[in-house]
Amino acid sequence: MTNRSEAITPQHVVANKLSEKKLNLRKRQRWGENVIQTLLFVSAAISILTTIGTIYVLGKESINFFASRMWEETNKPIVFTIEAGESTFRVGDTGGEIEEGAIIRINQESMLVKSINGNVLLVERGYDGTEATAHEAGTGIYQGVKVSLLEFFTNTKWIPQIGEFGILPLISATLTVSFIAMLVALPIGICIAIYLSEYASQRARSILKPILEVLAGIPTVVYAYFALTLMTPFLQSIFGDVVQIYNTASAGIVIGILVVPLVSSMSEDALHAVPDGLRQAAYGLGATKLETATKVVLPAAISGIAAAFIVAISRAIGETMIVALAAGAGPNFTFNPFESAETMTGHIVRISGGDISYDSIDYNSIFAIGLVLFFITLILNIISQRVVRRFREEYE
Amino acid sequence: MSSKQHTSLAEKTKSTETFASNLSRRRRSGRVWLLIFQASTLIGIVALTALLINIIDGSFGYAAIQYSIDPETLAVDGVPLEELSKEELERIFQDNVSKGLYRRYDSEVPFAERSREDVLALVQERVVAPEIVQTWGLIDSITKKDEILMDVQEEYPDAAVEFVSWLTTDFVRNPQSSEPEKAGVRTAILGSLFVIAVTILFAFPLGVGAAIYLEEYATDNAFNRIIRTNINNLAGVPSIIYGILGLAIFVRALEALTSGTAFGIIDDPTTANGRTIISAGLTLALLILPLVIINSQEAIRAVPNSLRQASFGLGATKWQTIWSHVLPNALPGILTGTILAVSRAFGETAPLVVVGAATFITVDPSGVFSKFTTLPIQIYQWTARPQDEFRNIAAAAIIVLLIMLLTLNATAVLLRNRYSRRY
Repeated sequence: MTNRSEAITPQHVVANKLSEKKLNLRKRQRWGENVIQTLLFVSAAISILTTIGTIYVLGKESINFFASRMWEETNKPIVFTIEAGESTFRVGDTGGEIEEGAIIRINQESMLVKSINGNVLLVERGYDGTEATAHEAGTGIYQGVKVSLLEFFTNTKWIPQIGEFGILPLISATLTVSFIAMLVALPIGICIAIYLSEYASQRARSILKPILEVLAGIPTVVYAYFALTLMTPFLQSIFGDVVQIYNTASAGIVIGILVVPLVSSMSEDALHAVPDGLRQAAYGLGATKLETATKVVLPAAISGIAAAFIVAISRAIGETMIVALAAGAGPNFTFNPFESAETMTGHIVRISGGDISYDSIDYNSIFAIGLVLFFITLILNIISQRVVRRFREEYE
Repeated sequence: MSSKQHTSLAEKTKSTETFASNLSRRRRSGRVWLLIFQASTLIGIVALTALLINIIDGSFGYAAIQYSIDPETLAVDGVPLEELSKEELERIFQDNVSKGLYRRYDSEVPFAERSREDVLALVQERVVAPEIVQTWGLIDSITKKDEILMDVQEEYPDAAVEFVSWLTTDFVRNPQSSEPEKAGVRTAILGSLFVIAVTILFAFPLGVGAAIYLEEYATDNAFNRIIRTNINNLAGVPSIIYGILGLAIFVRALEALTSGTAFGIIDDPTTANGRTIISAGLTLALLILPLVIINSQEAIRAVPNSLRQASFGLGATKWQTIWSHVLPNALPGILTGTILAVSRAFGETAPLVVVGAATFITVDPSGVFSKFTTLPIQIYQWTARPQDEFRNIAAAAIIVLLIMLLTLNATAVLLRNRYSRRY
């Protein structure tokens, strides 16, 4: 970084000084530019913050879901006023069950239920460091619930009211819906892609592609209306009464229709990228158009098509409105497509639909489900990117 | 030697024969598969058509309406109800409702002060009290008109059958109501526009800024690679996850900011508590940010390098080059991409349900700290109701939504065609 003007005119001091003023070619610090660059960098970094925020929020609330004891109203009152020292008391007949060994809470005090004799509870007062105080007759009892990871992933019941938190029924419904959706979307999507890329004339393509784009641009809530008011009655007219009003088949088929444009456009891009030389070579060897398309072009584009599959599956798993309206409200551990069942996304929407209170069992549970959902889709997306990179056929 | 030639000739004829016999089979399977490919494409078109027909079918059609008192019997001296004077209407009202009810309405706003339209509306609501007992779709209404009329005669002898268009100008102008005949989508449309405005305000500058950084500044180091991969992954995250994120961050953690209490603006703090337009707009902004970035990146990448070189050659700084040469040339592409992303946000429902759109709201939003509902939310809630009439107004609302989306997308296509340049 030597000053060039110095090197050129060492003799003329005055001129040197003048030119130094005019001709300073050293890179100037431009603070404005730096500020702008920093701002731009910050906007780019926001995406990282979003991811970190998502993982942090989902993780934190999920840990709360598993770690902390949540209090459920049993609607069971205590019959007589109990004093601070009493360790046995009578409870009312109404309301939910209280189990032996459970932690219960009356007002601010936690108690450990040692044994139950009819309606009389023997408890350890002032459990968990709470203070034993007197409680008035008629006060409601809350029962503490803790969800273990094992229970979360193996229990086949999801009934928050009685403390059953098994995600399996939600997952089974998600899988059924996604499977049906893929059954519809993959063959149709691939066929459309092959037709558009290998057979269709320029004119046909210019008509068909916008139609598919329109199909892709329709909001999912419109598809949900479609599923509920047309697809379900249609299925009922074919299969009869076995089809319930809310069922996973209808939701699955409509999600299939929803992701067809995604599969077809991604697959078509992949097929389109296969160089024409391969097709010419196949024709040269006497292959028919079909043989060229399915035995030469399709295998050459398989990485792109596989990626399209995986993205479509991830989309189907994350789809919400269609299942929320058409698949039913109420977790149901079944793989029967004609029965109503609630998916992970459908459950989150239903639970958070009303004014959900913070730190309630429902509030925390949607984060736990959301975390599972987030990881499933994230893994699928990463796999799809890997597949494209790993199996891509490179052509000059 | 000759025998060898002989066999090879025989083999050749044989293979020619098998080739010939195979050929027709191969051609046939080619034709069959072509049919299958075409049929699949047709299914796509049929699905779209069925969807549209289904919506139109729901928006118009016959409705059996049952009146407590037939409006025709209320006509005075042959003058129909709608054309009666205020005094006559008031008398009808007084004659047909209980004294207590009359007094209640009179104490709310004295009848002397009420306008004629107001009294007419009261008579319609309280005296005539039309109740829709059943509705039919457009297709049924056209093809099975006689059956419908007979059915109504049998089941609801008092009911009148009218052809109803659920999509009317009143439907667009009216606020939400618990009665389907009066319900409209004004609150929802305004809510949607407010939310989208917030979304654009945040997503556009941030998205374009990130795209400029990634395309013009970012070197190929680990951190920038992580940003790139991360954006691709974010684009694939289900929208409902963004809803959960919005619920935890904007609605709950930043409640003081998003409910407006930190700014001293208190817009119904008892019910809004963070479930406001700004929370919804920010959530959707996060949702479409990856799309805006990816689309803008492509637009910026399409600007030829020679333009940048020329600008640098004239002594422009990096930012001058970007601001005066790269961005103007990339702008049509950026705008098209942004509009497409915005139209995605416009139709998004799930994240807003989670963020907490109001279930029932009849007041227009007044600012970013208001409670809100949006058009897709409205459609969702109406579709979820079991009554037919709500399905009908859901269909009408879908038409409104689709028209708005079509306008947005048409703008994008126009922009693309008008300003796209080829180098």
